[in-house]
Amino acid sequence: MGQRTALYDAHIEATAKIVDFGGWDMPIHYGSQIKEHTLIREDAGMFDVSHMTVVDVTGSDAKAYLQYLLANDVAKLAEEGKALYSGMLNEQGGVIDDLIVYRADALGGYRVVVNCATRDKDLAWMDQQSAKFDVSLTEQPDLAMIAVQGPNAIKKAKKAVSEKIANTIDKLSIFQGLPSGGWFIGRTGYTGEDGLEIMIPSDEVQNVWNSLLENDVKPAGLGARDTLRLEAGMNLYGNDMDETISPWQANMGWTLALKDERDFIGKAALIEEKAKGIEYKMVGLVLETRGVMRGHQKVIFTASDKLGEITSGTFSPTLQQSIAMARVPADAGTECAVDMRGKAVPVRMVSMPFVRNGQKVYK
Amino acid sequence: MAQIPAELKYIASHEWIRDEGDGIVTVGITDFAQESLGDVVFIELPEVGSEINKDDAIAVVESVKAASDIYAPVSGEVIEINEALVDAPESANEEPYDGAWFFKVKLSEASELEALLSPEEYAAECE
Repeated sequence: MGQRTALYDAHIEATAKIVDFGGWDMPIHYGSQIKEHTLIREDAGMFDVSHMTVVDVTGSDAKAYLQYLLANDVAKLAEEGKALYSGMLNEQGGVIDDLIVYRADALGGYRVVVNCATRDKDLAWMDQQSAKFDVSLTEQPDLAMIAVQGPNAIKKAKKAVSEKIANTIDKLSIFQGLPSGGWFIGRTGYTGEDGLEIMIPSDEVQNVWNSLLENDVKPAGLGARDTLRLEAGMNLYGNDMDETISPWQANMGWTLALKDERDFIGKAALIEEKAKGIEYKMVGLVLETRGVMRGHQKVIFTASDKLGEITSGTFSPTLQQSIAMARVPADAGTECAVDMRGKAVPVRMVSMPFVRNGQKVYK
Repeated sequence: MAQIPAELKYIASHEWIRDEGDGIVTVGITDFAQESLGDVVFIELPEVGSEINKDDAIAVVESVKAASDIYAPVSGEVIEINEALVDAPESANEEPYDGAWFFKVKLSEASELEALLSPEEYAAECE
């Protein structure tokens, strides 16, 4: 038996199929992954993401510490409530984890949300790097988290919460987050749709879940979460990048704040890699014939002997065909095929995302 | 709990076999199989007229989760395939024992039927 979130009994009651996810017993689906996916693209659905790790960074050096720890620059968070996506790198420029950091003045600093499967190594690394700074790291294991996602997510979520929380939701622009009475509401997500990630004390979360159900927000499992994020072109740590992969090679170049004097862990390695020439890049692949591309399948090029590899592949319920992310040689051209069960099947290279706000967006 | 109809035979790789008489059987995948696979999105079937040998991988089911081979439970000739299933692969999830049959085989070795699993034997395989 793995760890269970405060919503475990609610999942069982909703006939979830439970799987192990990073040591947690989590719902993979509640009957049909595709129906849950489509509901979030067209209406609204909710995920229990209480397994994710929340860490508050406070103290007089909180900003300086995060500027050193992260490849993106928290100085961009010009006012309370703003959020930032960043990689946390090792000295070699490899990605230890990807995370979201919210500027949370009311909490005395910043709130950071990291992945559950990387929790132990993240906390150890963050602690190790904090030695030179006047900073406190406080994990918040008693916070559960519900992600309400979809074009109608905010409208429905506001009906399910108190007036006070609804007022806080109204203040949020996209990619902002604010605390409110022990809760924390982020207008963030991992689906390519508008929506909220709501952190709630564990002893209150069951009531909120039920209230969302009563307001016609249906639960969705981690299966749909994976197909939604892949359509949205969002990386999954451990699949699409890890400690051996730099942000340059994981479509995260846009998260690197390199233009000023700020030093951060991994910066020298990133600059050196860029100067030498970046060997691999991450691209999107679309299979226009039948079949489903899968992780670890090889990508074969007409113009090069070098191979690429699929990092995440799936069937896209929105596009009704298979899509994938692949790491490919930067100089191999675009004409390629995927080795699918021994057959070289031609595929189209595209720029991601594949889907945003319910619509196909790749060319 | 997955359904295992009493009137069918099975093999351990989760295909079901219905004896239609006259040396013809219908083959599909079980409720346990579809539940394990998750949403089915593509199905590849053998060609009508192809000769198949018991235990050959002759069809493919692609679900959101994985690609899975479907094995020939018997030897013989494929005499009919379910074209409607190719167009509506989700029916493999919805009605694995009815609408979502895969193909029909004219047996070349009638004795192979005796080696198939009974519902009770198959139920033990699913535990």
